[in-house]
Amino acid sequence: MVAEQYIPVLMLLGVALGFGALFTLLGILLGPKRDTAVKKMPFESGLPSTGSGFKRYSVRFYMVALAFLIFDVEIIFFYPWAVKFREFGLYGFVVMSIFFVILVLGLVYDWRKGALEWD
Amino acid sequence: MELILDILLNPVVIALLKIVVIVLVFVAATGTVMTLMERKWMSAVQDRIGPNRANIPFLRDFRGRGALHMAADGLKSIFKEDTVPEGVDLVIFTIAPFFGFISAVVIWAVIPFAAPIGDFTFQITDVNIGILLVFAVTSLGIYGTVLAGWSSNNKFALLGAARGTSQMLSYEIFLGLSLVGVFMVNGSVQVSILVANQNTYWFGDVIPKWGLFTQPLAFVMFFTAMLAEAKRLPFDAPEGESEIIAGYFMEYSGMRYAAFMLAEYIAMVGIAALVTTLFLGGYHVPWLHAEGFQIFGWFMAVPVWLVSALQILAFVGKIIFFCWLIIMVRWTIPRFRFDQIMELGWKKLLPLSLANIVLTALVLLAVDNWNL
Amino acid sequence: MLIAFYIVAALAVASAFNILILRSPVYCALSLVGCFFLLGIIFILLNNEFVAVVQVLIYAGAIMVLFLFVIMLLNLRPDSSPRSLKFGIAKILGIGLTVGILAQLIGVFGSSAAKLGPMGEYSAQRVTEEGSLEIVAELMLTEYVLPFEIISILLMVSIMGAVVLAKKRPPPEEEESQP
Repeated sequence: MVAEQYIPVLMLLGVALGFGALFTLLGILLGPKRDTAVKKMPFESGLPSTGSGFKRYSVRFYMVALAFLIFDVEIIFFYPWAVKFREFGLYGFVVMSIFFVILVLGLVYDWRKGALEWD
Repeated sequence: MELILDILLNPVVIALLKIVVIVLVFVAATGTVMTLMERKWMSAVQDRIGPNRANIPFLRDFRGRGALHMAADGLKSIFKEDTVPEGVDLVIFTIAPFFGFISAVVIWAVIPFAAPIGDFTFQITDVNIGILLVFAVTSLGIYGTVLAGWSSNNKFALLGAARGTSQMLSYEIFLGLSLVGVFMVNGSVQVSILVANQNTYWFGDVIPKWGLFTQPLAFVMFFTAMLAEAKRLPFDAPEGESEIIAGYFMEYSGMRYAAFMLAEYIAMVGIAALVTTLFLGGYHVPWLHAEGFQIFGWFMAVPVWLVSALQILAFVGKIIFFCWLIIMVRWTIPRFRFDQIMELGWKKLLPLSLANIVLTALVLLAVDNWNL
Repeated sequence: MLIAFYIVAALAVASAFNILILRSPVYCALSLVGCFFLLGIIFILLNNEFVAVVQVLIYAGAIMVLFLFVIMLLNLRPDSSPRSLKFGIAKILGIGLTVGILAQLIGVFGSSAAKLGPMGEYSAQRVTEEGSLEIVAELMLTEYVLPFEIISILLMVSIMGAVVLAKKRPPPEEEESQP
């Protein structure tokens, strides 16, 4: 069965979470606790913090995430094709060429529009 | 006695034993050693001696060339104050470091340490989708960055998280694209097949078909993308200490901070193992076959246990080499600016990886159709 | 195997329900990540590893990161307004719709017709032997080659659309927004 192969993966996940929990608990249980008002301030290189800690940031970060999402979906289609490429030979190459060229068109459009610039 | 043997032969128990040996004994230990080796090798680059002061007073000031600093660092972190600043979202602040461990540890599920002997594999689990599982797990590692930065109630942390997320997301694409060529050559994503295929030879018995030779471009791009994915220098803009202090984990202290650091070093060993597995033949020792060494018709028989031992040694050696390389890269190349990181990714690695796919396709078509 | 399915499915439903209850957008998003991860496990229980990986890679690893990004970008704080217990027209409609869909689902899956359909060509046995990725590849390149090509046009449009939408105006320059 396939699912049985994934039991060790789940166990590793447990080990990873265990590592995290162990570290956090050790710190909480064994570390001293002497809170002062200054210590609890958000650290900004020694200056008193002004305003809220949550600031809006540039939309460019969001655009990268958006571009990533589309390309990530795209790559998903590459994997099955890559695995079967040598079996399908020229036919697979032609099929993928059409897919590929259309996507590169989109990429070229982005490039020319300056969406890949980080200015 | 039979009952004990029965329990020991249960696949789940075997998997558990492998996990204990591989993750707890090997990975965690190597990660810890790397925290020291980073400082040692860094000081070698900078022409200093490096950490060597920690000692045991009762044993005639035993120092072990600085090895005790590993224990000292751990103990120091445990007894540091666990400060949680005001305005922090405590639940998310607490679980954020866990994600770093998830992406660093689960990678090891699919990495083989030596060639299988009969039914026994030196690999925790050999799933059909092998490397794709690694990608899926790596993509979860982003949450560690984004949640740590968001929950810290700190402007620098938020900016670090925004940078870190953008960078990790971008390089995840190039990570995936750079390996498409490898999958094409091997016709599989299963790790055991990827490694076994690298153990065949060109020109009779001379040059092994390592990924390094079949996919040299992919090797460079994958290694670069992996460095960026792990936020190692020169790609550490998310935590650039001279600009945004420590980036997304700057409000973390004590053991929570240590969790981030250890996860980073475990991830470094993981990267080394992954690059080794994909491009350097994994556990493969050149010219060592299951029965023994064989080159130019010259043959030397080697017992099975020695073959496995040599393979594990070779694997560990390659991992240490890549760890050394990653650390040397860190202390040789200064940090890239964030716009440079993005440009390198989207304008150089992306077209290059697409070109690599086309090139690989053409070469494979030529090889398969004309029996080159 | 069935027990594993019930446990995972119950957990998935519970984390989906969490999204309705929790008031902080980030907690909701994390519950959704958990829900997607559990759905991935359900796909593995169905022997379809490739779809499981896609589920985790795309939904949990990409789309939810985008959600979190938006939450961070807009600085959405937990909804602190008191929960209203009054039944407005929207709530009554929502409850009616939910009950209707539930009744329909029970009707469809409760009847024996849905339980014992004809066995498909791709049985769990065959998927295990050939590998889910390989089977997806074969189908994608032969039977479904036209939809596959059309997807590329869809993706190209979304690549262009993202640029058109996001690049309409130059973003307002803020001091904090400098990288």
